[in-house]
Amino acid sequence: MITATTPLPKRHRRKIWTEGRVGLTMLVPGIGLVVAFMLIPFFFSIWLSMHVEIVGSNIPVRAVGWLFFEHMFDDPIFRGVFLKSLENNGIFAALVVPCQTLLALFLAILVNRSGAFVKFCRTTFFLPVVFPMVLTSLIWKAILAPGPDGMLNAILRAVTFGHFTPQYWLGNVHLALPSIIVLSIWQGTGFQMVIFLAGLQGIPSSHYEAALIDGAKKWQLFRDVTMPGLRNTTIFVIIVTTIFSLRVFDQIYLLTQGGPLNATSSVMYLAVSQAYVANNVGQGAAISVVLCFIILLLSLIQRQVLRERVD
Amino acid sequence: MGTYALLAFFMVLFLFPVYYLVLGSFESPAQTLNGLHAAIPTSLTFDNYTGLNHAFFSSTITGSLEGFYTVSTLVSLIVVAGGLVVNSLAGYGLARLKFRGRRLLLLLVIVLVIIPFEAIAVPLYYMLNGLRNTIIVQALPFIGSAFSIYLFYTFFLNMPPQLEEAARIDGAGPWRTFVQIILPNAKPAFASVAILSFIQIWSSYLWPLMMTSQPSAYPLSIAIGNLVKQQSTPNYGEMFAFGVLLVVPMAIFFIVFQRWFIRSVASLAVKG
Repeated sequence: MITATTPLPKRHRRKIWTEGRVGLTMLVPGIGLVVAFMLIPFFFSIWLSMHVEIVGSNIPVRAVGWLFFEHMFDDPIFRGVFLKSLENNGIFAALVVPCQTLLALFLAILVNRSGAFVKFCRTTFFLPVVFPMVLTSLIWKAILAPGPDGMLNAILRAVTFGHFTPQYWLGNVHLALPSIIVLSIWQGTGFQMVIFLAGLQGIPSSHYEAALIDGAKKWQLFRDVTMPGLRNTTIFVIIVTTIFSLRVFDQIYLLTQGGPLNATSSVMYLAVSQAYVANNVGQGAAISVVLCFIILLLSLIQRQVLRERVD
Repeated sequence: MGTYALLAFFMVLFLFPVYYLVLGSFESPAQTLNGLHAAIPTSLTFDNYTGLNHAFFSSTITGSLEGFYTVSTLVSLIVVAGGLVVNSLAGYGLARLKFRGRRLLLLLVIVLVIIPFEAIAVPLYYMLNGLRNTIIVQALPFIGSAFSIYLFYTFFLNMPPQLEEAARIDGAGPWRTFVQIILPNAKPAFASVAILSFIQIWSSYLWPLMMTSQPSAYPLSIAIGNLVKQQSTPNYGEMFAFGVLLVVPMAIFFIVFQRWFIRSVASLAVKG
């Protein structure tokens, strides 16, 4: 996850212990673990992506250079799967980022008031955030069950007075990805809502009062005070959701295994199925490396966009 | 009035799947998947819960509910408790000690915050394959967390340093100051990190999926996932009951510490 960093107040930037190496041991366990299980794997993935290796066997490791990267873009069969997965991540991001961000902002504005009912609603919207993706997939597998007895099919038939034809939501090439997107939005919106809520409460009420004295109408308040006040929060939410869209794995593995016909395969699903299912660690690592660089690039863009306001 | 109508509409939309889960777990298997009838409580039963352990042996998965709970609890305990200790110390060191390479170390932490676990899962799988099916391997990659270190770092940086300076004048070193001054004054930071890492580890699926192949090492998420993944028509009643058991510890925690949960998520956008 990423944080929207802003310069901290200079006042407290004081170092307390300035002499020699006193206390450096306190850094060792934390930094050591992070280096061992994050930094080293990161570099190791680059090495792995250029070698053929079989997990749990004595077959010697063989260097293959850029072969696995070439597979992704040149191999007639694998290229299709990889680009389809990348495209699915793109569609996922293109739908989830705007829908979830707008919905989260809308809900944050709705629950940004007091009252028992409002408080209950706030809890309701946030509740799915503590639901593991396994559980979300479980519930939605039942909701999306095919045939007239499936919950969603039954609801849609009821509201259309029987005109709706029951759909096989997760088995239809055109409906599987949108179905995965809907359940992901249900699970993730509360998280963004809370971040927007914090952003809304961070806007000084004096800004609203000043605008009201100037005779601003309700929508002008939103445009001139709320929107500028939420600028950094919005950028943060958009970047986090985009990166989340690139990471999507659990719900795909659990509900569709990338199918039907790769209609729901994602980059991460492909990487894991290559490394773990097909025992092709090199190819899985190569996909991870590409994923890593896309994410780092997005984060760089975020920092750049955030900096622009300061200047 | 319009606001409340909208709120009610979205509340129903968000709450319905949860309602269906809880209600379905008390319905007979035939009733759970029976169109709109499933949403109306008629004849409720505890059969799904009592039949759960049986479900593991009758399907492709074996193992016991107690076993899955024990694994999940132990892994979460190691990650949350271990993480609080090592990450708070590292965050404090970065915030208050002066040493060569401090800025470089800080930059390293910030870059590692950006890299999601998914992107390093494959090399970790290769590196730690020798420890398959153990409890410790399920916890190991998550104890040290760049993200937690960064949260602690920003928290300590924003703490007024006067108390620590007084301790220093009294002759206390950084370790003693940390234990005697920082620990009692940094409860919000510890609570936030504990909650966030608990949500993450209790829900984690990808890593235990790669690292466990024996039912005795399965955490709850993998055992449930194996039921969800089945292609044949599953027994939704038992699946729902199992799902409820997965979320109950988290839900109790959430209801009791709701303000803290929301505050810790909000703290993610640190002064965004």
